[in-house]
Amino acid sequence: MTAAERAVLRVARPWLSRLLGAGLLAAGTELAGLALMATATWLLITAAGQPPVAALTVAIVAVRTLAIARGVLRYTERLAGHDAVLRIITEVRTRIFRTLADRPARATDRSGDALSRLVSDVDAVQDLLLRVLVPGAAAGLVAVLAVIGAAIVSPPAALPLAIGLLLAAVALPALGSALTRRTAARVAPLRGALAVDAVDLTAGAADLAAFGATDTALAKAAGRAAELSRLERRLALVGWAVDGAGVLLAGATAAVVVLTALHAGTSGTLVGVLAVGTIAAVESALALVGAARQRTQLGTALTRVAALLDEPAAARADDARPDDDAVPGLDQVSVTYRAGAAPALDGVTLRLPPGSRVAVVGPSGAGKSTLLAVLAGAVRPDSGRVAGAGDPHRVGGLFADAHVFHAPVRDNLLLARPGAADDELAAAAAPAGFLDWVRDQPAGWDTEVGEDGGQLSGGQRQRLLLARALLLRPEVLVLDEPTEGLDPAAADAVLAAVVAASPGALVLVTHRLQGLAGFDEILVLDSGRVTQRGRHADLVTQPGWYREQWLVQQADEQGYLTLRG
Amino acid sequence: MSRRRPFDPRLLRRVPATRRHLAVLGLAGVATAVVVVLQATALAAVLAAAAGGRLDRTALGLFVALVAVRAGLAWAQGAVTAWSAAAVKESLRVELLGSVTRRDPAWLAGQRGGSLATLVGRGLDGLDAYFTGYLPQLVLGVTIPIAVLARLVFADWTSAVIVAVTIPLIPIFGALVGWQAQVATERQWRRLSRLGGHFLDMLRGLPTLRAFGRAQAQVDVVRRMADAHRAATMRTLRIAFLSALVLELVATISVALVAVPVGLRLLSGGMTLQVALLVLLLTPEAYLPLRAAGSKFHASLEGLTALDEALSALPDETPVPAGGAVPRRGPIVLSGVTVAYDRTTALRDVSLTIRPGERVAIIGPSGAGKSTLLALLLGFVRPTAGQVLVDGVDLAGADLTAWRRQVAWVPQRAHLFAGTVADNVRLGAPDDADVEKAAAAAALDEVVDGLPDGWETRLGERGYGLSSGQRQRIALARAFLRDDAALVLLDEPTARLDAASEAAVVEATVNLLAGRTGVFVAHRPALLAAADRVLRVEEGVVTELTAVPT
Repeated sequence: MTAAERAVLRVARPWLSRLLGAGLLAAGTELAGLALMATATWLLITAAGQPPVAALTVAIVAVRTLAIARGVLRYTERLAGHDAVLRIITEVRTRIFRTLADRPARATDRSGDALSRLVSDVDAVQDLLLRVLVPGAAAGLVAVLAVIGAAIVSPPAALPLAIGLLLAAVALPALGSALTRRTAARVAPLRGALAVDAVDLTAGAADLAAFGATDTALAKAAGRAAELSRLERRLALVGWAVDGAGVLLAGATAAVVVLTALHAGTSGTLVGVLAVGTIAAVESALALVGAARQRTQLGTALTRVAALLDEPAAARADDARPDDDAVPGLDQVSVTYRAGAAPALDGVTLRLPPGSRVAVVGPSGAGKSTLLAVLAGAVRPDSGRVAGAGDPHRVGGLFADAHVFHAPVRDNLLLARPGAADDELAAAAAPAGFLDWVRDQPAGWDTEVGEDGGQLSGGQRQRLLLARALLLRPEVLVLDEPTEGLDPAAADAVLAAVVAASPGALVLVTHRLQGLAGFDEILVLDSGRVTQRGRHADLVTQPGWYREQWLVQQADEQGYLTLRG
Repeated sequence: MSRRRPFDPRLLRRVPATRRHLAVLGLAGVATAVVVVLQATALAAVLAAAAGGRLDRTALGLFVALVAVRAGLAWAQGAVTAWSAAAVKESLRVELLGSVTRRDPAWLAGQRGGSLATLVGRGLDGLDAYFTGYLPQLVLGVTIPIAVLARLVFADWTSAVIVAVTIPLIPIFGALVGWQAQVATERQWRRLSRLGGHFLDMLRGLPTLRAFGRAQAQVDVVRRMADAHRAATMRTLRIAFLSALVLELVATISVALVAVPVGLRLLSGGMTLQVALLVLLLTPEAYLPLRAAGSKFHASLEGLTALDEALSALPDETPVPAGGAVPRRGPIVLSGVTVAYDRTTALRDVSLTIRPGERVAIIGPSGAGKSTLLALLLGFVRPTAGQVLVDGVDLAGADLTAWRRQVAWVPQRAHLFAGTVADNVRLGAPDDADVEKAAAAAALDEVVDGLPDGWETRLGERGYGLSSGQRQRIALARAFLRDDAALVLLDEPTARLDAASEAAVVEATVNLLAGRTGVFVAHRPALLAAADRVLRVEEGVVTELTAVPT
């Protein structure tokens, strides 16, 4: 058993009795089927001797009961198995979420694709339990009981049956894995490479077309698809040969059992029962071939899930508690995401007394979002001191990666202040320019926003995020590009309203320099360093990034240019 | 969720090899049915003899031989369906990826391009279950009942009549119960997908939950939702499993209807043991494949959906772009060009002329149509009205591949392909192209020196690992490699760059423009200074600006 499988079983422990019940029901289903064929055969052979009907009554009732029982057992087994497994899946999902929630934010955020894959990886747990563990255990139990039954009827015939069952349950699955292992190991990376080809051909279509490289890339992808197809065909050839061998094994075992039983002088009636029972027993043991095949396919997904189940719960050490009463801010803070890379923040100092208004500007990648993340405690600095971080009510607001949940407007807002009344929501939504829209909706605060706010326009989504940040009312309100996606006039109006509505300190990251005239301090970041700081009126007179950018933006919006200076 | 036909005839047209595979599958199905009947006959003979304490060696030998044949047929049938699945997947993958050449790059870069990539990968793999699971059972569901009936007619015609009457009950009940189940499933579907989606939603929103200090509080919400998901799933499964139970009971009762009279006639001496055993062994076989097909159908739905998506995504005919006229170096004239997208109009009635050797800068607020202007010149976008003429040749009818060969393009965010840095720069260029010279011109050499494996550094999916500035220099190096390009198009080459990168990129860009016609979207004064003319695009309208020297 692999480490990943053990990790899954540890999570499953509270529900093992349910799983066991499902396994027993599965074995019961198989046994009922086996007993049905055996009893019916006995009945016919005995009836041929034309005994009085009374001698057959028990068997007739047994056949009817077994026939009904098989269906009912299968139904209850499937329900019980799925119920147990879905309960375990609930626990798995909860644990994965808790692990990820505990984990400090990573420098490289998990991509959307990795998250979707994680969601489907959880299905591997379901397959492991429902398609490998339960049927595997049931097949094993049926095999043991079948051998015992055969030994009672005809001891010598039990030996070939036991051998046949061992071959079917152990040797064939092992043979199947051994023969396909090397080819199967090449399939997964090839599938991955083909997926990357598909992304390159779609997301990179413009680059490929512009540089005349589409045909080469297509040929490469087609070559991979052909190679994958070749490997899949080879796998199928071997895999189905093993399945064919299983069919042969069932028939051959039955033949040997008949020969042995006849040779040992077992009664003719029971030889028939043994033959039919043997075929049914070996066929049921062959389920293990499929289970083994399924198991090898689950490996990678299970490993990914297990990594998230095993992580120690207390991953977040509280070694560096910020001093709680200090004025929030940064003191000589530096952050380096990857060893050897240039620092994302380099010796930045910033103090945020109550009521202060600070803007952070600079080119993309200059470290603006990192600055906010350190301020709020989502990212730990490598050196320097941070005050007030880690408590959303001290430093919090709207961050670059803000997500809108697939829920009503109200639930999305209440995240910031659970239990807030409608008038509190309105007070936060008004400055963001979101209130009028909400009032226009038939469902009002209960309007559904769709997946990641997909039912909202870009502007409304942004206003919702902003309203949520305002509802938080922290000591220091942090806003990362709060007016992105709004047209210039609306952006200026919203920013002015937000600044007026924020009683505490405010830190604004923006690419738009309009409306910063009233700010106490503006920091210009470049490559993680503060290259300029001061008030708007001073910065526009000094040569540098701020002045250049200000002139360009003015020119853009007002239609004249002062270009060649 | 629409009802799906068991076989999509479009497949035969798309993948002609399927025809041959289906023929083999059909033959294997007929042979399997014959073997099933013969095998039961042999086994009945063996058992009847054994009941009398005798060993019927011929029948036993025949039985084992038939089992061997059946094993071979199972192998052949499995292999041929798997081969068919592999062939269909390969063919559809190649065709789907090939269809990107007929798509507008903007379409491909968006959401739908992403789902196309998923379809080509994991989506089509769902077809395995359909081909190797459902399809063979469907074939056997036709051949085996016919063979069994044919055999029973000779052995015991009353049993044959009962089987003939009850067999249709399986598909009838299957349809009735399946239809009921489908209605119930559909009702649950919205709820289920919403709950299932919630887990993903929560994972995606984790940074936000953390930012509001709600991540831990949300653990219970996740548990509650996962539990609601379980309850809803169980409600659906209960109905789905119930339909399987009904089918199984229908089959069981049918077998009983056959078996009871057989038993009675056996008791009264009106039938031989061998015939009775044959009927007992054969009758259940008749009902099995149809039931199996029903239960496999569910597992193959995912693959069928992917197949439908794939076949619908492929255009009916494959229009081969006629090798139109090749525009040469000459004036570029836009006359009355309008470009309308689904929701917006990117350009309105634009007329302008760009003379050879002229350098034209384009400015304007974001979303105003600047990138559309460049896309027009590359032939990525066709005018809704008006014409784009290069040297008098309308791009709409021109040989675009040949035209693009004369253009060097630096996009706003170049795609980095899975491969080495050298591969990425060499994109589309011959193998002996002087990559290092182009890199030096684009100030990429210093970036390469800093990479762990230099030129051999592999850039992962979507070029993870390079900053915007480094990525931009790769794009510039690509453009420099086209040293014979007459026209250079640049889309905000210095957007999102830090000061150091910007200086390097601006210098490289100015060098790139030397001696060529250039059209570039730019905001920074350093680049604008290199322009002969400045055009302003706002809300799709282009106006010529007169620069005001200061």
